[in-house]
Amino acid sequence: MSEVIPVGPYHPLQEEPEFFRLHVEGEVVTKLEIELGYNHRGIEKLAESQTWDQVVFLVERICGICSTSHPSASVRAMEDLGHISPPERAQYIRTIICELERIHSHLLWLGLAGHFLGYNTLWMWTWKTREWVCDILEKISGNRQSYAMFKVGGVRRDIAEEDIPWIFSTLDKLKPYLDLFYGAVMDDPVLHARTKGIGVLTLEQAKAYCVVGPTARASGLEVDIRKEDPYFAYPWVKWNVCVEKEGDVFAKVMVRIRELYESVHIIEQCLREMKPGPIDAQVKELPPGEGIGRAEAPRGEVYHYIVSDGSNRPVRYKVRAPSYVNVFSNEVACVGYSLADAVLILAAVDPCYCCTERMTVIQKGVASSIQWKDLIRLSHEKTRRVQKRIGK
Amino acid sequence: MTWKEVEIEIRKKFKKRWKRWYAHSPIRVYVDIDTADLLEWGHFLIEKVSARFITASAMDTPRNEIEILYHFAFYGLPQVLSLRVCVPKEKLEIESMARILKGAEWIEREMAELFGIRFIGHPNPKRLLLPEDWPEGKYPLRRDP
Repeated sequence: MSEVIPVGPYHPLQEEPEFFRLHVEGEVVTKLEIELGYNHRGIEKLAESQTWDQVVFLVERICGICSTSHPSASVRAMEDLGHISPPERAQYIRTIICELERIHSHLLWLGLAGHFLGYNTLWMWTWKTREWVCDILEKISGNRQSYAMFKVGGVRRDIAEEDIPWIFSTLDKLKPYLDLFYGAVMDDPVLHARTKGIGVLTLEQAKAYCVVGPTARASGLEVDIRKEDPYFAYPWVKWNVCVEKEGDVFAKVMVRIRELYESVHIIEQCLREMKPGPIDAQVKELPPGEGIGRAEAPRGEVYHYIVSDGSNRPVRYKVRAPSYVNVFSNEVACVGYSLADAVLILAAVDPCYCCTERMTVIQKGVASSIQWKDLIRLSHEKTRRVQKRIGK
Repeated sequence: MTWKEVEIEIRKKFKKRWKRWYAHSPIRVYVDIDTADLLEWGHFLIEKVSARFITASAMDTPRNEIEILYHFAFYGLPQVLSLRVCVPKEKLEIESMARILKGAEWIEREMAELFGIRFIGHPNPKRLLLPEDWPEGKYPLRRDP
């Protein structure tokens, strides 16, 4: 008999509360229904009452983890609208901020994935090193999160020359740890057993659900806005798009770990190649018309569409975040796998899933509350069974 | 495919069956089309010129109609092509893109509840964001007097 396990609705402090209704037969997930809207803040409407300058601050608050990806798309949309080219140094600084953010976001995700697997050492390692990346962001912008660096036509703060050697040395400190994480993932047979062939999203499904970012790249779709629609300093530096073919959870881990190396590489090139110069194009006003801005956030393509009537406020502000399409693909990626794997699969698209609080099990019509931690416990138990089986 | 080839394919297929073709910049193209042609365009872009549906956006206009844009990207190209259709408020309905494209399902549900647009043939026409007890006939992003 099929049973329904509702996961959520979540804590209001979480940035992306979702409600999953998992239909299970025994241990196996047969269907997944997703509900959204538990934290609908009406930011698109709110943007219509803000000036162009304020909008950048507003959209920075859409996401707490990748807080610079929305400003990236926002300033690109406004610069598209007004045909504005920011100075070269501003583009380099923007790239550095975006890539630092990608590193700390991927590290956060990797730690959570480790935690869900029952691999808490990995979790503590990654979150320790993530702090160093936040240190760099704090040195540059004054903030560890929500950096308030972007504005139409440039950036608000310069990177001081005397800070650059320290940034290099902090990145050098990070590199051996990236090797450690890579080794931890590659060498551990238990992790392979838990993630390989699990939660497969095929290339056709990836195309049909229009997924973006690491979720798409793990399924063999080469979608990376940084290469596809080059912006900021990305066309001026050398780096590779990380693509895997399998579409399972392991492929999603690999894409993100390889991107960590690429991000460090991009930042180092930017710091070396950046020349002194102006950081702001001094934009006075935006003309009437429409503009489109896209940026590659750690989770995929962020898309902003704006309409201006020539006044100092937008007439319409449309935002499409990457999780909007990626989370939807869970509808197929979860089906056919066990409940213990569902935790991993739902988390593998990186939907900022960490604050999940409460869930209810309805068995034969009777609801009983159990905790999200019980679902993680199921996952831990499975890891231990796998460990026993392969004798590790 | 290069953008030039994509453009030639589109122009060959639709032979001026558009109201306006406007390039804001070399990589941002807007095409105003008839509501009746929307699905044909969507199908052609996805199947024939390897387009990827990004999202759709609706806007209430002072002309007593809702303007809907379907945004498409192309694998490996920087271009974005936005298809613009205008739907009069007296008869606010349009063929659902979700019928041919899974990825359009959520955004059409969102536009349906925020603007009151009826998507004909939508596979799952439930609410997406608004709560269950939200009153019928109230659309948060409409600018009705």
